[in-house]
Amino acid sequence: MSAVVTAPASQDVAPARPPRRRRWTRFILPAYSWLIIAYLVFPIAVMVLYSFNKVTTGLPQVSFAWNGFTLQWYQQWNNIPQLTSAFWLSIRLAIVSSLFATVLGTLLALALVRYRPPRFRGKTAVEQIMFLNIAAPEIVLGASLLGLFVTMNLARGFVTLLLAHVAFSIAYVAVTVRARMAGFDRTLEEAAADLGANAWVTFRKITFPLIMPGIIAGALMAFALSIDDFVTSNFVSGSAVPFPVWVYGATRIGIPPQVFVFGSAIFAVGILCALTSIVVARKQT
Amino acid sequence: MEQPVLANHPGRIGPRRGRVRLGKALAPYLLSLPAGLWLLVLFLIPLVVMLSLSLQTCNFGTGACVMTWHWAEFPQQLSLYHAQFLTSFYFAGAATLIDLAVSFPIAYWIAFHGGNKKNFFLLMLLVPFFVSFVIRTVVWEFILSDQGIILGSLKNAHLLPQNFHVLATGYAVVAGLAYNYLPFTALPLYVAIERIDKRILDAAYDLYATKREAFTRVILPLTIPGVFAAFLLTFVPALGDYVNQQVLGGTSNTMIGTVIQNAFLVNLDYAGGSALSAVLLAIALVGIFAYARLLGSRTIEEYL
Repeated sequence: MSAVVTAPASQDVAPARPPRRRRWTRFILPAYSWLIIAYLVFPIAVMVLYSFNKVTTGLPQVSFAWNGFTLQWYQQWNNIPQLTSAFWLSIRLAIVSSLFATVLGTLLALALVRYRPPRFRGKTAVEQIMFLNIAAPEIVLGASLLGLFVTMNLARGFVTLLLAHVAFSIAYVAVTVRARMAGFDRTLEEAAADLGANAWVTFRKITFPLIMPGIIAGALMAFALSIDDFVTSNFVSGSAVPFPVWVYGATRIGIPPQVFVFGSAIFAVGILCALTSIVVARKQT
Repeated sequence: MEQPVLANHPGRIGPRRGRVRLGKALAPYLLSLPAGLWLLVLFLIPLVVMLSLSLQTCNFGTGACVMTWHWAEFPQQLSLYHAQFLTSFYFAGAATLIDLAVSFPIAYWIAFHGGNKKNFFLLMLLVPFFVSFVIRTVVWEFILSDQGIILGSLKNAHLLPQNFHVLATGYAVVAGLAYNYLPFTALPLYVAIERIDKRILDAAYDLYATKREAFTRVILPLTIPGVFAAFLLTFVPALGDYVNQQVLGGTSNTMIGTVIQNAFLVNLDYAGGSALSAVLLAIALVGIFAYARLLGSRTIEEYL
């Protein structure tokens, strides 16, 4: 508040800076920023637009020329069985792996928020492992997991995908949940304990509802990481092909319009979720 | 291991039964055990396995490997693929520099002039993440194709020669990397700029700093941690990226990620692939350790 009050005063005090008219240069930054936003949105707009494009060649490929508007690809969204099954595999995988990662990551976050080295030896080591997990190049993680599965003679499929996806999500969930728990008022738990609640009741009635927004944020993070993942999945997928891996394989022969349909649908759902969370957050404040 | 912890436990609420106190002393370990085990078995042990594989000799046909302590794998692989490592450095470095230069002004604008629309602009920065990474890259391939919506129209208008192409060049790869990792650069920069106490700026102006001086001597130094975080979150993933190179770069300009992927998935050369991955990890670790030493490993969490 004080910054707001003092800002105009400082301009009055400084005689070296005469009040000058705001020049055209004040438009540079906003114009530039909108340009960058347009650049970020551009390929997505192209994807959505061309998911409505007619195909005249007869080949199942998106064509560069605009042949007219059609809803054909939305009606035939499941016309490519491998693509549809890859999509559902990705959805199943994202749900299961985000469940695992959320439970494990939340427990880890609880331990990290509440306990310090005298009672939690090795906390620093755990934090450094999480940092390394987040910062290491993903190709190294994927390649090393493949090495492990090959050495153990583990057949690659849904299970190896699940193991890998949980492994790269845990640290992100723990970081997200922990960040949301930073302002957590521990005296509420002590009050519950003073009123005779045991540890489990305290957790269920006080702790869990309070950290719930953080857990949801962590779960969404894990879901998004899993459904988007290509690099690790490509190493450990084997016979079970998730959506991004299938799309990558399809680029060799040409992109079927259904890929753009799925991309547009995932985009719409994601944006809806994000807008809802912004609106909810605004209503709460 | 747990005994001294139990002894140090202050017992704030007063004496309780031994079972409860033991449970309390074990609580941090029990809470972190499942995640810790998962990360141990599926993150740390695989790295050890990778190092061990790089010293083994593998049968390319079957993929069966035997430990032979074959240290020569490292110099062999490096002499074969040092060019690809260098290409990765150039491309990832160029993309990171472009991203830093491009995203600093917009991060600055959102932080200082975003007003009550900050969340909206941040969402716009994150918009690419709502489309799968592979699809984003594929769409750029579609856009930049030789007969695609941009080059095709320009060629039809005779503004470009017919043999002009962007795909299958290093420029396309760098552009793809820059697009895909831009949010990873912009967000840490935004967090760092947003965190600057505006009263410090007022103080600078009170002390007769010009706008330029306030920028170069107050804002820039205070955003250095964000720049470093942005560098780590952009350069390290871009270094190992192979999707952009394979989709946009064609068969030339091979980056090290492609070599590693081919070693593991096409040639079944697990030893060679592991050695190259180990080298890539070692290079990344230089940056990771430098970051952890200078800023502390936990600070990265603020920029995610």
